[in-house]
Amino acid sequence: MDNQQFSKPVLGIETSCDETGVALLRWEPAAPGRGLLAHTLYSQIKLHADYGGVVPELASRDHVRKLLPLVREALAEAGLTPADLGGVAYTAGPGLVGALLVGAAAARAMAWALGVPAIGVHHMEGHLLAPLLEDDPPAPPFVALLVSGGHSMLVEVAAIGDYRILGDTLDDAAGEAFDKTAKLLGLPYPGGPALAALAGQGRHGAFRFARPMTDRPGLDFSFSGLKTQVLLAWQQSDRREQTRADIALAFEEAVVDTLLIKCRRALATTGARRLVIAGGVGANRRLREELAKAGQQDGFSTYFPRLAFCTDNGAMIALAGAIRLAAGQHQGEAVQVFPRWDLETLPPAD
Amino acid sequence: MSALQRHLPDEAATAALARELAAAIQGGLVVYLHGDLGAGKTSFARALLTALGAGERIKSPTYSLVESYRLPARTAWHLDLYRIADPGELEWLGLDALAEPDAVVLVEWPERGAGALPAADLLLDLAYAGAGRAARIEARSERGARLLASLASPA
Repeated sequence: MDNQQFSKPVLGIETSCDETGVALLRWEPAAPGRGLLAHTLYSQIKLHADYGGVVPELASRDHVRKLLPLVREALAEAGLTPADLGGVAYTAGPGLVGALLVGAAAARAMAWALGVPAIGVHHMEGHLLAPLLEDDPPAPPFVALLVSGGHSMLVEVAAIGDYRILGDTLDDAAGEAFDKTAKLLGLPYPGGPALAALAGQGRHGAFRFARPMTDRPGLDFSFSGLKTQVLLAWQQSDRREQTRADIALAFEEAVVDTLLIKCRRALATTGARRLVIAGGVGANRRLREELAKAGQQDGFSTYFPRLAFCTDNGAMIALAGAIRLAAGQHQGEAVQVFPRWDLETLPPAD
Repeated sequence: MSALQRHLPDEAATAALARELAAAIQGGLVVYLHGDLGAGKTSFARALLTALGAGERIKSPTYSLVESYRLPARTAWHLDLYRIADPGELEWLGLDALAEPDAVVLVEWPERGAGALPAADLLLDLAYAGAGRAARIEARSERGARLLASLASPA
């Protein structure tokens, strides 16, 4: 592969689940974030021009109608035309088969028409590498805590492309526990952030919930039982506003404490000195404060990518794709997706 | 069609009922799971899938919408349609394989996928009843009725 090609921008496309994300990134090994030329999410842009002045309420996962307007938007934002592209990267899995196929088919078709290589990216590799888009990016080896509505994972990143899953959830994800607990306490779904705000008015020690699976060795998570504990506490309470806030706080403390205990354990197990937090739950203020405090006590550094790169986005796919394209990796022209795909089977990136 | 009622005093009883059902399954089965958030639909599905050999790690499909398991004799699917606003959205899930006769299909919030799902053999309804749950299983097909009869008769 001609590495000259990757001084040219790579188009990144994410369509694995709910979000349609598109980005353009020129590979700059020393500071990947500086190479980011544009990144757009469907929810962030106005599509007036594309829909003749009427913006329809498009359903989640309707990637077909969202994708091409987003690509045009990203190119316009970067001041580029399709002919400027050096390659195309798309999420090939894991995810919903129909959603993945939309992104893969569009990416393959564009790459074929432009005569540039295309590469299918592992969605979770995108999340793991997203912190490299920030200033002062963490160099591997590091441990990543990936906590979102769909994931609760601890991953050892020995090098780019060399991943080991240290722990995963046995049932509900951390973000899902937040959203469902919020609903049980009468907040609208999905109410994770609202629950965290409510916790700010809670009184410490009024309630206490167990820290699931911290009393035994291992790095797996289980958040399903916490939901039941909260429901019982709420049903047996006086159901006053202050009580609701007290329970919200006790719940948040239980989740944050559990994540903290497992992160410390993962760092001790691997000997890593850097901890990356990714996923939407990474925006939780208490989690950030507690992890930063633990880092000061134990002597590890913490890295929190901005929220736009914590949740599903095209920039992380453009980045992971650009790294692999620059290393000469790409695949043939067939449109292939992998709804189930083991992160640990990825090849090294160089 | 026939129906079975059980009082389930705790989560262990919910899991025991799921294991009982799993042991009686021959070939495929489609179960619709009804009940409020926290009523135990996912706990029931988890215990049933584990009993069928899917292992201990049964991730909630609330965000992924669908999880699949390759079991020794068949494929199992676990769907949660809570986040589906319109049955048309099911197009993205690639549900054709659910129609396989040997597939075990468990669907939470099936009403959100009306018209786009395989027909149910059994309906399970879990309702809060004091500290426990009231379970009602209703047969909706010949296959479901046979299964329910084998559950209802004393072992």
